[in-house]
Amino acid sequence: MPRKKKEEQAPVEAKAEVKVEAPVAVAVAPVVDAKEEKLQADKTQFSRERIEAVTHYVYKQVASIVFGVLSPKMIKKMASAKIVTPELYDKEGYPVDGGLMDVRLGVIDPGLRCKTCGSKLKECIGHFGYIELARPVMHVKFARIIQLLLKSVCRECSRLMISPEKLSKAKAHLDRIEKEEGPEARRMAVKAVIDSARSGGKCPHCKAKQAKIVIEKPTTFIEGDKRVSPIEIRARLEKMPDEDVELFGLNPKTARPEWMILTILPIPPVTVRPSITLESGERSEDDLTHKLGDIVRINQRLFENINAGAPEIIIEDLWDLLQYHVTTFFDNSIAQLPPARHRSGQPLKTITERIKSKEGRIRHNLAGKRTNFCARTVISPDPMLALDEVGVPKSIAMKLSVPETVNDWNAEYLKRFVKNGPGTYPGSNYVIRPDGKKKRITEETKEATLEELQPGYVVERHLLDGDIAIFNRQPSLHRMSMMCHKVKVLPGRTLRMNPAVCNPYNADFDGDEMNLHIPQTEEARAEAEILMEVQTQLISPRYGLSVIGCIQDSISGNYLLTKHAQFTREQAVRLLSEAGLYEFSRLPNKKTISGKDVFSALLPDDFNFVGASRTGEPVVIKKGVLIDGVIDTKSIGGEGEGVLLRSLHQHYGAERTIKTLHNIFRLGNQYLSHRGFSTGIGDEDLPKEARDQIDQLLQQAQEDVAQMIAQFERKELDAYPGRTMRETLELKILERLNKARNACGQVIKGHVRDSNQAAVMILSGARGSITSLIQMSACVGQQAMRGKRIEKGYRDRTLSCFKKDDLSPEARGFIIHGFKHGINPKEFFFHAITGRDALMDTALRTPKSGYLYRRLANAMQDLRVEYDGTVRDASGRIIQFSYGEDGIDVSRSESGKIDVKRIVDSTD
Amino acid sequence: MHKDLEEYSGKLPLKLLQEIEEICPAGKIKKVVKKVYDEYVIAQIDAGEAVGLIGAESIGEPGTQMTLNTFHYAGVAEMNVTMGLPRIIEILDGRKSISTPQMEIFLNSPYNKGEGIRELAMQIKETKLNELVLEYGLNIIDMKIELKLNAPKMKELELTASSVVKAIEKALANEAQIKNEGDMLTFKLKEKDDSKGLNALYRLKEKSKELYVKGIKGVSQVLPVKRKDEFIIITAGSNLKKLFELDFVDTTRTTTNDVHEISEVLGIEAARQAIIDEVFKVIETQGLNVDIRHIMLVADTMTVSGEIKGITRYGVVSEKASVLARASFETPIKHVINAALKGEVDYLNSVVENVMLNQTVPVGTGLPGLVSKKSNEKSVEKVNE
Repeated sequence: MPRKKKEEQAPVEAKAEVKVEAPVAVAVAPVVDAKEEKLQADKTQFSRERIEAVTHYVYKQVASIVFGVLSPKMIKKMASAKIVTPELYDKEGYPVDGGLMDVRLGVIDPGLRCKTCGSKLKECIGHFGYIELARPVMHVKFARIIQLLLKSVCRECSRLMISPEKLSKAKAHLDRIEKEEGPEARRMAVKAVIDSARSGGKCPHCKAKQAKIVIEKPTTFIEGDKRVSPIEIRARLEKMPDEDVELFGLNPKTARPEWMILTILPIPPVTVRPSITLESGERSEDDLTHKLGDIVRINQRLFENINAGAPEIIIEDLWDLLQYHVTTFFDNSIAQLPPARHRSGQPLKTITERIKSKEGRIRHNLAGKRTNFCARTVISPDPMLALDEVGVPKSIAMKLSVPETVNDWNAEYLKRFVKNGPGTYPGSNYVIRPDGKKKRITEETKEATLEELQPGYVVERHLLDGDIAIFNRQPSLHRMSMMCHKVKVLPGRTLRMNPAVCNPYNADFDGDEMNLHIPQTEEARAEAEILMEVQTQLISPRYGLSVIGCIQDSISGNYLLTKHAQFTREQAVRLLSEAGLYEFSRLPNKKTISGKDVFSALLPDDFNFVGASRTGEPVVIKKGVLIDGVIDTKSIGGEGEGVLLRSLHQHYGAERTIKTLHNIFRLGNQYLSHRGFSTGIGDEDLPKEARDQIDQLLQQAQEDVAQMIAQFERKELDAYPGRTMRETLELKILERLNKARNACGQVIKGHVRDSNQAAVMILSGARGSITSLIQMSACVGQQAMRGKRIEKGYRDRTLSCFKKDDLSPEARGFIIHGFKHGINPKEFFFHAITGRDALMDTALRTPKSGYLYRRLANAMQDLRVEYDGTVRDASGRIIQFSYGEDGIDVSRSESGKIDVKRIVDSTD
Repeated sequence: MHKDLEEYSGKLPLKLLQEIEEICPAGKIKKVVKKVYDEYVIAQIDAGEAVGLIGAESIGEPGTQMTLNTFHYAGVAEMNVTMGLPRIIEILDGRKSISTPQMEIFLNSPYNKGEGIRELAMQIKETKLNELVLEYGLNIIDMKIELKLNAPKMKELELTASSVVKAIEKALANEAQIKNEGDMLTFKLKEKDDSKGLNALYRLKEKSKELYVKGIKGVSQVLPVKRKDEFIIITAGSNLKKLFELDFVDTTRTTTNDVHEISEVLGIEAARQAIIDEVFKVIETQGLNVDIRHIMLVADTMTVSGEIKGITRYGVVSEKASVLARASFETPIKHVINAALKGEVDYLNSVVENVMLNQTVPVGTGLPGLVSKKSNEKSVEKVNE
């Protein structure tokens, strides 16, 4: 952004002042008598100094950034080259002196050195240049404020057209407005103030008569019927005293009004607009370079014409053209101007377009960043992994690395990795020397590197089991979307995770991909492990309940296990060992062991718990033994259910909970695979008498509805208070049909056999609901849109195959058949309507809620709890005196509360 | 309060103390309160915790699961309530006019038994002239409009022709003369308007339809309902200020869902509570679970300044001190240019600016700094020894 001064006022703060002593000191130091001491001192000193050599950072910190408008003087001062020619390269392809790619503006070609700072590509950050404009030109972005200034200022004496007496009062008024409503409102108010103070179109100071100034967008001003040239505008603005400038909310030190008319244009460094070399060897210049070329070319023409004394019209035309180019250089999407285009017809991306919007510099490059040391592939489940582990394919483990500094104690250990090289696991990819040089290890160089390796070197070794990694799935909507896992290197090509952590990531395995990041410093690893590990994220900060729990088969498994499974001792031991428990002393000393006992063996032996299952029956655990009840989602499920897990967390902490959960999870799965579990279409079969009952129920409902409709047509229906008869009818029909379907549910419930596996899943809460079973085997039910029966389509009817005003269930989207029986074409169509409606709803909702989330996050991201317990924003303003009125961290509470009742009950 | 609880007053929130007193047998109180206190201290939030972001996540994340279903019956036809995501967006935007304003009117003791509640409701409902007119007649020759009034309806509303005239007189004073004969009203255009002819007459007719006659302005529908063991009136349209002037209204419990109106009539603290209640209501009806603290924090950020600021680029975000933080949200160019004109200085106090500059963020573990004494030669030697 050449026009705005972004000066980094950096009172350079040397945060870490590390003394570097030359290794020579070692030779001088050992003048100690005792041999042992000497050795020890020697060793420590040696390694310390070497390490220091590597960690010699001087931290600079930017303390503040000042914004302002560049003065012509400043532009010249910061420029290192004056640009005079639109040519870019000479015949040899070397940048032309005084051209737009001048080497004094920085280097973008490998091999060349910058003429200003002498550094090479990537080291030189680039330097500004400038062009002297033949005639001054307006800056579009300031056109509005210039208009305001011109309107408020006398055309002769450049004083504010307000009498001195009124001035101080106006000032106070404006200051207040700015404080309350911001700078834009102030400018609006200035206009009003001046307008009201103006007396008969005359300047109160010099009595000069004023003419009306209008702006012809974007950059032309017309006074009366004459055009005001930028030269004249600039002259008027120059004469304004600083005090007057301040009234407009401008700071005359950083933004004098005349600076808004450009006499000199800064040229951004070439590093800002690098050219690309195409495969054919041709150079393709950046959009900004193109635009600057236009400006320089027209500027030269204008100079020549002025010097040659060309007629005024030609000069004016060129001047306008220059204005156009400068304007589009800053902003190529101004409504009144045709955008400057490439030869291909695609508009140029100039400065404003570069900064703006989601793909612009600010949101894309500054507020969002890319990282190294990360991986992404498809995920797949592996219940044998612990919850806080992530399975990493060997091929990825050999690409990602962890830097380890060599010292006397780990030298041998690290040498092993260097010896293996990059191609053998576990090997290493790079070695960093104490001077910061990074060397790639190859099969050829590894011997030499091995020789060279000594304390102070850093080896970037392959990932090993137990390394810290951060695992993430988009959209990262909450903090549990990025958790810390321990690496487990596995064969295969997918990232693997325990299916129990699907909930927080909202992941499934239908082709989802996830990202893995490897923190590279000790600080990062420590933070990841302490703050982000799966254990620490068990309780959601959203509602204070566990997000992680058993899912799917592990729930059905535990349900069946604790319901009525019986084992011999051998079977029980086998099952437990498969669940990852090798301590069998807690199994009762009996021949046959119940599933409940097996489950109990996983619990801590002093665990007491009273809960309820989904059916409402009590679940009682005393001294770590499940005495009564079956285990289902209400006890071990995730996402705010699993009360048993919450109780475990409360008493034994996160570590123990996650271990127990893992065991329970595996136990359920293992039991199920021994037992066998599968569901098929047979699970939706109904015995004849059930079928008959259902048919009769539906028949009855239809008859009832027909009766209601007849009643309605005879106008005998009693309307509900506040509703019309028609609405009452609709409500009654809906109610009746729903009742019929629910009655079907009761019939089905009465007829499911224990061997029905679909029912097992539903009863345990693992998957599905009774409604889905009804829909499959009996009746899909009413299709509703916005809480009403379907009524759209044709006039007075839903489909052309019905009679007009047909209010019967089948004409208004009631599907009487079940999915298994099959639905008829009309029913299918109604089903498709609601299906489409649901799809639309999701499609429309996602961007809306995404935007809401972004706004919330942006507005509140810098609120934090201070050391005094208050919640404050970045400027120290108190938002809350105590977080949430009691200072309780939701993720440490039970559902946002301290459970007094539990404490009372547990105290004796 | 119990003796053992007293020493914890000030240390524990009042609500907890009350809860203990309520459910705990007196003998156990000393032990229980100690335990509660210990757990309370453990559950305290850490300094530096980025509570704002957690709050935003906690509201934003379930947003994806909310339905867009805008309408939800409340009773009478045309009486809908915006629910779901659109309602949340509406509240957090801090919009001045909401799509479905609604009041819940509680009544004072003798009136809330249900007797004569319809009459009370009709007093509240706004009546426009249009509803009282059976027939409009344009008399082109005399440039008059003749309105036939609906007598039974007027009786129901306790109106007479003359009271109607009185109510509309002022609004039409500049344009027409009003005459009243039985249940006929005639509007005659004033002389000077005569030249404009038929158009003026027609315009007058359209205007007269919307004229306010009786009731509370803005209340388009009323519905008495029984809630628990008393009768309340639910309205479509909201006007708290006028409503509070009626003596049968229980002003302590009557509310509206228009947050701005609450702010004007009852003050900013009430508005804060209204925001919390309204957002919580929506989330609850969607069957989602979000802790009240997050909603409180949002409501507090919206109301700290003393007036309701929406979570938009014109509201809360525009209040930020940092130029870069504002620029990173929306309309970056505008913010940078205004900053340049004002000569603003960004002191990099909040999160995004520091992300942009690759510096530690002043939140969480980035908050504490390390202070150490500058080591002199002697102490270094000591360490080495």
